[in-house]
Amino acid sequence: MLECMLKRTPLFEAHRKLGARLIDFGGWEMPVQYTGIVDEHLAVRNAAGIFDISHMGEITVSGPAAAEFLNGVLTNDIRKLADGEGQYTLMCNERGGVIDDLYAYRLSGEVFLLIVNASRVAADVAWLQDSLGRFARASDVSMTDASHNYAAVAVQGPRVREFIDKCFPEASTSGTRVARVTDLKKNQIGGFPYQGGSVLISRTGYTGEDGFEIVGRDDAICSVWEQLLAEGASFGLKPCGLGARDTLRTEMSYPLYGHELDENTTPIEAGLGFFVSLDKGEFTGRAVLATQKASGVTRRCIAFKMTGKSAPPRPHYPIRVKGERVGEVVSGTQSPSLNIGIGLGYVSAECAKAGTAMEIEIRGTACPAVIVQKPIYRKG
Amino acid sequence: MSANIPADLKYAKSHEWVRVEGDIATVGITDHAQHELTDVVFVELPATGRQVKAGEACAVVESVKTASDIYSPVSGEVVEVNRAVVENPALVNTEPYQGGWFYKVRLADSNELSRLLGPEQYAAQIGG
Repeated sequence: MLECMLKRTPLFEAHRKLGARLIDFGGWEMPVQYTGIVDEHLAVRNAAGIFDISHMGEITVSGPAAAEFLNGVLTNDIRKLADGEGQYTLMCNERGGVIDDLYAYRLSGEVFLLIVNASRVAADVAWLQDSLGRFARASDVSMTDASHNYAAVAVQGPRVREFIDKCFPEASTSGTRVARVTDLKKNQIGGFPYQGGSVLISRTGYTGEDGFEIVGRDDAICSVWEQLLAEGASFGLKPCGLGARDTLRTEMSYPLYGHELDENTTPIEAGLGFFVSLDKGEFTGRAVLATQKASGVTRRCIAFKMTGKSAPPRPHYPIRVKGERVGEVVSGTQSPSLNIGIGLGYVSAECAKAGTAMEIEIRGTACPAVIVQKPIYRKG
Repeated sequence: MSANIPADLKYAKSHEWVRVEGDIATVGITDHAQHELTDVVFVELPATGRQVKAGEACAVVESVKTASDIYSPVSGEVVEVNRAVVENPALVNTEPYQGGWFYKVRLADSNELSRLLGPEQYAAQIGG
């Protein structure tokens, strides 16, 4: 019964044909893996992988006051974006707690696209609408939740640049103007003609590898998926599920909403101060974030590695330093690249320094670990 | 994806297998179970000498994504554990019925074996 209520992406049948194992992820029936998490993870690190990310939300914000509105609700400075550029940013409540973390793109002067977490689309739209209701120039802003209009894939890995251009033979016609997809620089986005329509392609991702994210109408994305799988096969491209997506982002120490981020956690506590522009003027949450940046926080998000053989760390396992409980794990797994247990956790700020020895309590056993610099994995 | 189910073993509904030789039972997890768990990265086994009861959680197997309890299909004293599978947990995936065994118990009550499933019954359970 429950299964009937889960949303499916336009790639659902493609996943089933590939023998994917499907799970409920934030109300979506999504592939967690095809051949295996480790196999898919290593394909992305060493060659290429393709992910269905159609569950993610797309919100368009446009109009003469769109930039001013967004700069009042997002933490990063949207004025830094030229046409065809994107930035990682966060949306906070008045307490500085994170409503969502997202990518904001300036498609053209007054037109912005926000790519948000699947599980947060409704909360984001409600928050944005409420904020817009209090915005002085609201009549100069138009906002649309276009999530149901779009599907998306991410194609990631060091060999993607060797085959992606074959799928998109024409130059971009909007956003960043380039002759080929591989001419896009990191965080640039362009609209590329595709089968009579067009798709948006950005040089972004959530894996730490070079790669692209492609957003478009359902039928275009289904076709992109098939074409990329065909063109990429000889380069080692594999379809990858949410399992590998999670291990890849954990190795890079990228936050995942609901783990590292929630409405009671600020970007400063999460170690994302780089994406908080305190000097751009007023924005929601600024007062709290400015205070935290100036006088410090009580807890911090840290990355750690297990130092001995142990079971993999998991969310909610207690973290101790010299026997005293100082925090808990929020993300943890066995790193397929490093072959050791790794994770992210929140600990008291005074013990958050890299190099600090700690213990993760795993089923009653204190297992040694050490705080490391982010990212946990670096290309060797 | 038909799972390998050796005819000479007994099975528990919770996907463990038992191989009986005299009063010693060897315990592991089935091919179907290892396939469901996927890449096994860690195995925690009971201490030698521990008395385990049928149905009791006495081992843990972890994949990249989750930790799963393993329930003893039979009661008795743990007389030997497989150190090789602790060192190399991938044996659970590659040789679930051979090198990937978990532990051996000296059976406390051989009548318990009659409550386990035969290969056909287990095949029906996982096929259904």
